[in-house]
Amino acid sequence: MLRDKIPQLICPAGSLPALKAAVDNGADAVYFGYRNDTNARNFAGLNFDDKAMREGIRYAQSRHREVLLAINTFAQPGRDADWQHAVDGAAELGVDAVILADVGLLDYAAKRHPGLRLHLSVQGSATSYEAVNFAQREFGVRRAVLPRVLTLAQVENVIRNTTVEIEVFGFGSLCVMNEGRCWLSSYATGESPNTVGACSPAKYVKWEKSPGMMSTRLNGILIDRFGDNEPAGYPTLCKGRFDVNGATYYALEEPTSLNVLEILPEIARAGVAAIKVEGRQRSPTYVAQVTRNMRAALDALASEGERYQVKQAWQAELAKVSEGSQATLGAYSRPWR
Amino acid sequence: MSQRFIIPKFQLPALVARIGVHLPQWPHAMTLTAGLNAAARMKLLPLDSLALLEGRSFFVEVLDTGGRACFTYRAGMFRPLFSAPQTPDLSFRANLSAFMQLLARQEDPDTLFFNRELSIEGDTELGLIVKNMLDAVEWPQLPKLPVFSN
Repeated sequence: MLRDKIPQLICPAGSLPALKAAVDNGADAVYFGYRNDTNARNFAGLNFDDKAMREGIRYAQSRHREVLLAINTFAQPGRDADWQHAVDGAAELGVDAVILADVGLLDYAAKRHPGLRLHLSVQGSATSYEAVNFAQREFGVRRAVLPRVLTLAQVENVIRNTTVEIEVFGFGSLCVMNEGRCWLSSYATGESPNTVGACSPAKYVKWEKSPGMMSTRLNGILIDRFGDNEPAGYPTLCKGRFDVNGATYYALEEPTSLNVLEILPEIARAGVAAIKVEGRQRSPTYVAQVTRNMRAALDALASEGERYQVKQAWQAELAKVSEGSQATLGAYSRPWR
Repeated sequence: MSQRFIIPKFQLPALVARIGVHLPQWPHAMTLTAGLNAAARMKLLPLDSLALLEGRSFFVEVLDTGGRACFTYRAGMFRPLFSAPQTPDLSFRANLSAFMQLLARQEDPDTLFFNRELSIEGDTELGLIVKNMLDAVEWPQLPKLPVFSN
């Protein structure tokens, strides 16, 4: 397999140390966001102010890595200007691309900054080649990030029918993955990633300790209860255990992480341009650990081609940082249609 | 980074904590607040995050040493609290090895939390502010002591 067929590795940065950890450990590109609700990881104290952005861009680009700026929430009524200023800022900062979800904002960026490279965010929820090609035709989108609901065969079908580069997720926490269309967080709190830039915002989350047990509540709704040594998950509705007809279980999904190392050769063969790692809300340590192992796997694929084999050491370190300490191939490997 | 010094996961014998809880606790809070104030003076802690800590109370407990520290942030300084409030705004509890792994950036706080090695109680948003503030710190390069050398 030729080196130029190996997908790019795109890594998350919630802070400057995380960005540097990604670059130092072999990311081809990093993605980050402003410290406000123009991005879908709008958590207190996370993300980049202007000074940190400039330093991060300098650090990455001087090492020949790319910087992508996520402006991937939807402009809220009466506040279009905030999102437009974010795009103007990206053009001025000199990032390599912006990741957008809102079609109004894509239109603005395409008209106002024709030289700015546009990526369609996963929050844009384009799951078919028709949707991807629409974004290309109307806004000149160069790359689309696919939601984590497609099988590998469906991803291949999109790639065969478009000239837009396709990026898929390769590692990180999974939710129900109905990206850009999920209203579970809104149902519980009135706030969602699309509107305020955060799923299950922290101010609604309560961890209650009692002897031998920890309960998690989201805006008062009991999400889950854990025994003292039972692994915990993020406090989102989709990962809760609920009483359904008298039985208590994970009614929507188990806390788990996506990990595609096993099918890396198939992903590369399908013509995927880039693999994304989830986790801007995680620490620099997580970014270093995941980037290091994904890089090692992609390098092994480049040098070993068809003889590529997953190494136990990569999987062990990745399993440790996984939510629920378990990993899955998610929708990529789904035998049924 | 290939031959890093690795902090192992360990737990001190229960006897240590049994003795530790009976020792004076004020030195822990004094040391911790002195360290935090030094970091703030070196401008390692972002001012906008520090402002959000104003008047809030924090409790840190090292379970296997029995060490406890309670402090607050008021008027630009971290200050020890010699009488801990009934319910501090935010409490962190873990064994010594987990705290050391966190500080050395060897383990990710979410990982330790998922694995129940780090307990966080109280105001979740405040916890997130503290976590993200510490994650964003660019620690100065450590001197090249043999134990830290790569």
